[in-house]
Amino acid sequence: MERIVLPQIPNLNQLEIYLDNGGFESAKKAFARTSDEIIDEVKKSGLRGRGGAAFSAGLKWSFMPKTTDKPKYLCLNGDESEPGSFKDRQIFEDNPFQLIEGAIITCYAIGANVAFLYIRGEYHKWIKLMQKAVDEAYARGFLGEKMKETFGIDFSCDLFIHKGAGAYICGEESSLMNSIEGLRGYPRVKPPFPAQRGLWGCPTTINNVETITNVPAIIKNGWEWYSKIGAPKHPGTILFGISGHVNKPGVYEYPTGILLTELIYDVAGGVPGNKRIKCVIPGGSSMPPLRGDQLEGIRMDAESLKEAGSAIGTGGVIVMDEDTILLKVLIRIAHFYHHESCGQCTPCREGTGWMKKILHRIDEGHGTSKDLDLLVSVANNIEGNTVCAFGEAAAWPVKFMIMSFRDEFEKYVKKDVSIPVPNKVHSMRGTAVPLADLLK
Amino acid sequence: MSFKFTEENITRIAQARKKYPTALAAVMDTIYIAQEQNGYISNEVMEEIAIVLGIDKVNVLSVVTFYTMYNTKPMGRYHIQVCTNVSCMLRGAYEIWDGVKEKLELDHMQVSQDSKFSLEEVECMGACGYAPMIAVNEDYFENLNKEKVFEILDSLK
Repeated sequence: MERIVLPQIPNLNQLEIYLDNGGFESAKKAFARTSDEIIDEVKKSGLRGRGGAAFSAGLKWSFMPKTTDKPKYLCLNGDESEPGSFKDRQIFEDNPFQLIEGAIITCYAIGANVAFLYIRGEYHKWIKLMQKAVDEAYARGFLGEKMKETFGIDFSCDLFIHKGAGAYICGEESSLMNSIEGLRGYPRVKPPFPAQRGLWGCPTTINNVETITNVPAIIKNGWEWYSKIGAPKHPGTILFGISGHVNKPGVYEYPTGILLTELIYDVAGGVPGNKRIKCVIPGGSSMPPLRGDQLEGIRMDAESLKEAGSAIGTGGVIVMDEDTILLKVLIRIAHFYHHESCGQCTPCREGTGWMKKILHRIDEGHGTSKDLDLLVSVANNIEGNTVCAFGEAAAWPVKFMIMSFRDEFEKYVKKDVSIPVPNKVHSMRGTAVPLADLLK
Repeated sequence: MSFKFTEENITRIAQARKKYPTALAAVMDTIYIAQEQNGYISNEVMEEIAIVLGIDKVNVLSVVTFYTMYNTKPMGRYHIQVCTNVSCMLRGAYEIWDGVKEKLELDHMQVSQDSKFSLEEVECMGACGYAPMIAVNEDYFENLNKEKVFEILDSLK
């Protein structure tokens, strides 16, 4: 099987080796054509975003205005902070030049002269590796003013790395733009969409790092070749990050539409101790979980997972074996979303905190069946009532974990409990019982 | 105690400034440079950043308080970050977290008396496939267990 994003070529992260393997040939090919032709090619290839929403990349590019007096920008999203997702760092480490090549082709297609690569702050090592690659590309004339000479065209673009500083929310596109502008990472209200008003109010396109790394291969081999790989409606390969209870966790590139069971048992070596699987989160912690006894036949592409009641997300597969206490897992996930909520919208800021508190109450043995309904109700009131998709990301795991594993969660709660109240007088405020009666 | 950027850092800030059309956008890079020089971001540091970039101090404050990687108080020489998020948790991160807490006698965001260690329970660091992990300052240590973590801690001088 051919790999597109992470080919099995040793030392591909060195510019010489990359050039020997046809590096920057796609860019040359692209520059010989018009930008519309490239957008059309990518659109026809069926390339869909790898950041979670799986939106058509070519279609996104076509939203960029053709005529504008403002500068245009490209943002490459390498924030990857979703628990269970750790694929982009593999691109920074093993194939940085294909990412750079993809970036310059994209810049050419959408007419941008500046690209910002946003990398999460914790990735100190990978930021340095990427900066080194960018510097080399500048030195060899694949970026910056020298591009005009190298490729013999009247187009040049710059690529700058922007280092994040530890905020999950900055992976959200409008929040990422605010972060690049030097503001707090608050998501913006949409519309206007980034293609109309993005960075500094100018037209902007934001793509995931993995999406962009696919572009040179599409230009090189044509859209027909790409559209035949994997599932027809979601073609190409995906970097699957498999973690949790598997024998060989790691990042693996496979075509979309691969069976989830194949991914877990053949690729990742199965579950340690041959235990059964209780739960699998197929696309990073914010996606609805799948029951271990319903994994047969589920394929890893956007459409199939949607049918199965989940979503592809970032392709971060988290496997949990039969001994996992799902309550503890859910508490940890709820804690994460409470911690990372930016605090802009009330339903999310308050709701995530309440979900965490209710889960802790259940963990302490004071939970009732009603609390499970309450959790679903709180989650429902977050979902759809926030500026950005973080609301869904925080609500889905709680809502769907409880709905799919209701039988399991019922074991953690009682029918009804009497919660010990430290201050009896306070608890009876507003009742007709006189204080003196209580003290008898 | 007033804070001034070194000559070298002034150059680095000027370089960072060139990347963006506005001075405000360079604030995140500048805060990193300041943190590198001073160890943490104090009131004086924020004032100096605002002066150097020609922006309002409130803009610096708003950014410093939003992002978790900027420290507003001095941290230890070795800042130990233990990830306990789902993938790490499934592979025993809480054992490590409890062990480290006990060994260093510190809790979340505390600094040891001799300023050698500080401890933080961090959210997902993007090392899920190599879990459990800890990070010491900027370096990742992956595929760990409690014993290996103790070895790492003992090796820090």
